Amino acid sequence: MQGKERDGKVALLEIKNLGISFGGLLAVDNVSLSIEKGQLYGLIGPNGAGKTTLFNMITGVYKPTSGTFCFDGENLTGKNPIEINKKGIARTFQNIRLFKNMSIIDNVKVGLHNNHKYYMVESVFRLPRFYNEERKMEKEAIELLEVFDLDKEKDTLACNLPYGKQRKLEIARALATSPKLLLLDEPAAGMNPNETEELMETIRLIRDKFDMTILLIEHDMRLVAGICEEISVMNFGTLLASGKTSEVLNNPEVIAAYLGE
Amino acid sequence: MKKLNSKLYRNLIMVAAAIAVYAFIAYGMNTNMLPRATQTLAIKACYNVILALSLNLIVGFLGELSLGHAGFFALGAYSGCIFSINSSLPIEIRFFVAALIGGTVAAVGGFLISSSILRLQGDYLAIVTLAFGEMIRSFIKIIPYTGGTSGLNGIPSLGSKFMTFSYSYVFVIITVLVIRNIVTSRHGRAITSIRDNAIAAESVGINIKAFKIKVFTVGAFFAGIAGVILGHYINFIEPANFSYNVSIEVLVMVVLGGMGNLLGSIIAAVIITFLPEILRGFDKYRLLIYAIALILMMLAGNSPKIIELRAKAKVKIMMLRRKALARKGA
Repeated sequence: MQGKERDGKVALLEIKNLGISFGGLLAVDNVSLSIEKGQLYGLIGPNGAGKTTLFNMITGVYKPTSGTFCFDGENLTGKNPIEINKKGIARTFQNIRLFKNMSIIDNVKVGLHNNHKYYMVESVFRLPRFYNEERKMEKEAIELLEVFDLDKEKDTLACNLPYGKQRKLEIARALATSPKLLLLDEPAAGMNPNETEELMETIRLIRDKFDMTILLIEHDMRLVAGICEEISVMNFGTLLASGKTSEVLNNPEVIAAYLGE
Repeated sequence: MKKLNSKLYRNLIMVAAAIAVYAFIAYGMNTNMLPRATQTLAIKACYNVILALSLNLIVGFLGELSLGHAGFFALGAYSGCIFSINSSLPIEIRFFVAALIGGTVAAVGGFLISSSILRLQGDYLAIVTLAFGEMIRSFIKIIPYTGGTSGLNGIPSLGSKFMTFSYSYVFVIITVLVIRNIVTSRHGRAITSIRDNAIAAESVGINIKAFKIKVFTVGAFFAGIAGVILGHYINFIEPANFSYNVSIEVLVMVVLGGMGNLLGSIIAAVIITFLPEILRGFDKYRLLIYAIALILMMLAGNSPKIIELRAKAKVKIMMLRRKALARKGA
């Protein structure tokens, strides 16, 4: 579990005793995780186990009430979502949150917002930097869309995309912020087996092509067993088990809590 | 390449339309071919277009319901006109400086108000902006130099109606260009993303608070300029010119024109300015017809069925064009 010591590799994300309580309700308690660079890490657990809450803490949506987490050697506990995104953590959402009334390419360009800067004055007077940066943004956005095979329909509105492609677009938008760690919240939710298969390919591709570290929440065991190298299991807000995927999935405690006895 | 051409084509049409409208009204005014009422309304349409465009930035693009636009309108009108009365610059330059001052004062107001209501959303924001608008009006009634409830007299005129219209038109063009350029930049995309999904926008590093302040500041700036135009055109302003009814009327323009649709705002602002005059003949039923016309316009602009019909028509036109091109090629 202690990734820091093992194999001498450095942890990219180090969560220590993280917890949050809403009033009297302890939603997440004493969770410690360590994710190495380049790892594909899974987080599983029954509904209401606190997985998404953990995500929300790592991305700054909620402020943890106990514990800390370090990202890339820097303590980011309690920072706001914008700062955390700028440090290199990007996410997708369980219930897709796209900019529905914007075109596909504009969705990705919003993700590129902080990578290419010019002032509002420069856009008002259309100074050279505006055109330069816009051209770069266009190029990068199309490159990203090509990876997800969305480049042909770049001008359609996001709300007109089929479900599977909306998921892909959300991942593309998150990648546009050039993160070091990508958090995927139930990427296969609502997908049929074929789409899930395709998604697994896509996730592997992202990891290899962008040299990305990925932490994903998932209920689809086939996907988790298929691509995750290590997983953690949560139940009732606490960590039940962590380790190599095959070992954890055969752990009797995990089977009892999650897969049913 | 083809897309670039179509963009260029559209821009050219817009420029041509802007020039044509100006030429038509200028000719009508100079030869007195246009009725007097229409000439007056043409100027009113100018500042209404500016108001509608600036409110569209706040309501349509940022997605925050602001009912305090009349407040910014008033701030600009009073500060610009007080400068204009006390200055001895040549009237043309004075007008431009007054517009700049009016806009800046209103922008400062927009900045202060928006920074104090960052935590509010939806209905709450609407109510508080409404209250701020009314507060500004009440302040104007009690502070010196504004003439209080009896109004501010003796604002210099730009000369003929034609001159007033021409200067107002320049500001309309500036407003259209600036707001269009903002909306089609990375800032515009960020603003629209906040409207569509604030949580997702924050997750990709968009600073929502900063953008709210920026949008309110820019919106208020142009509302202030509209106020200066109003003052120099009727040469007399009073607090009653800036009641919340004005905010509502501008909001009606934005909603009718379509949220986040600049051309729509322009057209709706012009129609709503002229509508009461067009309906003058109906006398008794004027308000009834006004209401029905608003409902019809809303349906035409926003009903899903009609949008579907429009989309179908667009596809048909594209097919026809493609066929024509194919024939040309063959």
